Amino acid sequence: MGEILKIAKGLSRLFLDAVRDLLPIILVIAFFQAVVIRQPFPNLGEILIGTVLVILGLVFFVRGLEMGLFPLGESMAQAFARKGSVVWLLAFAFALGFGTTVAEPALIAVAAEAAKTAAEGGLIQSDEQTLDDYAYGLRMTVALSVGFAIVIGVVRIVKGWPIQWVIIAGYIGVVVLTFFAPPEIVGIAYDSGGVTTSTITVPLVTALGVGLATSIRGRNPMTDGFGLIAFASLTPMMFVMVYGMVY
Amino acid sequence: MMELFDHLLRTGWATLFDVVPIAAILMFFQVAVLRKVPPNPKRIAVGFLYVLIGLTLFLVGLEMALFPVGETMARQLTDPAFLGGDALLGKVNWQDYLWVYAFAAAIGFATTAAEPSLIAVALKAEQISGGSIRAFGLRMAVAIGVAVGVSLGAYRIVSGTPLHWYIIAGYVVVIVQTIWASKFIVALAYDSGGVTTSTVTVPVVTALGLGLASTIPGRSPILDGFGLIAFASLFPIMAVLAYANIAEWLQRRNHERDREREKESNS
Repeated sequence: MGEILKIAKGLSRLFLDAVRDLLPIILVIAFFQAVVIRQPFPNLGEILIGTVLVILGLVFFVRGLEMGLFPLGESMAQAFARKGSVVWLLAFAFALGFGTTVAEPALIAVAAEAAKTAAEGGLIQSDEQTLDDYAYGLRMTVALSVGFAIVIGVVRIVKGWPIQWVIIAGYIGVVVLTFFAPPEIVGIAYDSGGVTTSTITVPLVTALGVGLATSIRGRNPMTDGFGLIAFASLTPMMFVMVYGMVY
Repeated sequence: MMELFDHLLRTGWATLFDVVPIAAILMFFQVAVLRKVPPNPKRIAVGFLYVLIGLTLFLVGLEMALFPVGETMARQLTDPAFLGGDALLGKVNWQDYLWVYAFAAAIGFATTAAEPSLIAVALKAEQISGGSIRAFGLRMAVAIGVAVGVSLGAYRIVSGTPLHWYIIAGYVVVIVQTIWASKFIVALAYDSGGVTTSTVTVPVVTALGLGLASTIPGRSPILDGFGLIAFASLFPIMAVLAYANIAEWLQRRNHERDREREKESNS
């Protein structure tokens, strides 16, 4: 009985959190609908059901992350940071970046939307199989690039390189690739940087960075521990542009 | 109702294959490399089940609510009947779309100000800087950064100017700011760009951009529709660096004033 009560309590807290996250969006849209546009909103019923699903989904998703993925990922990140084997550390860093990105909800949504847009623009055929393949390829490209980014970021923490040089090199890479990539992919590529680092990736990757910087002597967790997210939002831009050149 | 159920089942099945990789990876490293059984395996299994359920509900809700809302707002705000004037003749004047920029800024600000991961990062920044950077001020800086970013991104879609010039110009500004900023804040500032664009914000903003590009005459969704998220991840970096620059400058000025006052009282 106490167990059930505890679960219900945890879920209701998350429910309020999810409502609080969505409330600003709802308020802004309601204001613009009521004051500026002043027109009936189409499909209001379906949108309300969808909103309830989004809130419920966020509640279960975040609760599940707190129960399973986060403690597991954090303890493993710390264990690998302390283990001292660079090869396994890098392998874990890659796997963590790749695995968390594949399951990132915002990326799933945007990749599907990008495939639909590409089909409407006549770049790919618009049958379901091609759409799914395109979206899947896009997601895998982004996931690979995030794995790669975390590896570079871990090497940076281990070696103690200053972050700005790596970032500036990345900026130059993005700019150079922009001029070679087909213009249709540039927008999607630029967006994929911000999309990848969301609910799952940020806490786990930050745990790895801070854990690593804490356990290596001469590294400051505050100055060296951060920065992995920055790499993870930069490499997808480059990788997706290359994907656009190849596809 | 049946349709919704069917949709949920299909999405759930697809989602299963999204969650399996991360579970398999963690399992492999845990068992094969670390050779430890994680504490509370049952709780972890239930957690993964919750993730699966949550992700499924979220993705279905996203398609039913978040995407259509963003698109509908974009369509209504760019409707020639709503805009009036030249828009009725099929001409695009960027000044006619002021409500679009206002909406973009409002959505950017509102979603960022309440973003939980940003609150956490802001508190950490206050800690590092020893209080010279205030968590609330930093959050407002980032939220204003996102608002300006998304708004400028909407202007770019309306005007049809190429995305990469804006982003390259942004990079140059960030590099110049980095030279002036204290090195304690740099990593955090770079990270804040990725942190601000959350799971809920991304679909709404993406739909807004695609909606704008498909309703404004002469714009194509594939060329012009994407890019708002890129703006929303670049501008917070500038905002945080600017905030840090200003906070440091104020602190230095206060220090100097205190010292002068001390000198005066001593003499």
